[in-house]
Amino acid sequence: MRRFLPFIIFVSLIGLFIFGLSRQNSVEVRSVLIGKPAPSFALLPLQAGGHGLTNADLSNHDVSGGKPVLINFFASWCVPCRAEHENLMILAREKGIVIYGISYRDRPRDSLAFLDELGNPFTRMVIDGQGRTAIDWGVSGVPETFLVDADGIIRYRHWGPVVGDSLEKRLWPEIEAVLAEKRP
Amino acid sequence: MKQFITAVIASIFLSLALLAEPPVNPDALPDPVQEAAARALMKDIRCLVCQNQSIEDSDADLAKDLRQIVREQTAEGKSPAEIKAWLVSRYGDWVLLEPPFDERTYFLWGSPFILLGFLGIWFMFRERDAKSVIAPLNEDERLELDALLQQDDLAEGGDAP
Repeated sequence: MRRFLPFIIFVSLIGLFIFGLSRQNSVEVRSVLIGKPAPSFALLPLQAGGHGLTNADLSNHDVSGGKPVLINFFASWCVPCRAEHENLMILAREKGIVIYGISYRDRPRDSLAFLDELGNPFTRMVIDGQGRTAIDWGVSGVPETFLVDADGIIRYRHWGPVVGDSLEKRLWPEIEAVLAEKRP
Repeated sequence: MKQFITAVIASIFLSLALLAEPPVNPDALPDPVQEAAARALMKDIRCLVCQNQSIEDSDADLAKDLRQIVREQTAEGKSPAEIKAWLVSRYGDWVLLEPPFDERTYFLWGSPFILLGFLGIWFMFRERDAKSVIAPLNEDERLELDALLQQDDLAEGGDAP
């Protein structure tokens, strides 16, 4: 028995390493804000004459039409944002989801040029130039997308770009689940 | 002459050292006590972009923002625990470089002691094995052993040239 002890320790360590390495998304940490009301904020429109956005708008059924919305933190300098943009367009144009875009630490004209080039999936565009609202939302980097239900409660956070199969496998099922609650 | 050149070179290098005096951080709080408290707290806060650096060590924009927040709240007179709670309510425990001691982390914090316990058990068994007394040979066994040893001696003697 004693003779095999080092071997047993070795094998169990290798087992632990394999387990640790094969775990997916070890970087992603579940947002602590899930199940809580959106943090309070009031942001100015990205474009003169546009609508601003406040946390009160998120729970106001007159604004949201009683449907969940997506909040997308983006920036023109953010390469992964470019990569996920097509999926945001699909959500807005084909699925009819309301998406509010929050421009994070970006110059308004750069954000607008970005949307001119790639298309605008956002119902409202607002600006968080100092990144303070992003910190209140627990954003660690752009892009991040939050699913907020009609009562203004944060239901899901998509960390990083919505690319590959993450729209189909992760974000869309969460949206559908929240949509289904309101149907009966 | 040589000495003079040495002296000149030495004085140039010494004056360079004076030039390299650390620059004053423009963001630092005017009150040195508060600044020290803020700096100490920054060492415990994870830079969420670079993940295993503290916000004090990082140049990331988010780390700069968080440093500014730590300074602002320190200046407002908030305690380090209050500032940590503020950050945790947004980013979760992940923002703290040192995980808190609660029901989810008992195993994590307890693991060194569990390991020590296992080591202790192992040593106990080893001690017991070493102490276990070997029964002395009885008469028959002794005679048999003597005979074997004698055979060995003879065999060795026979092989000798």
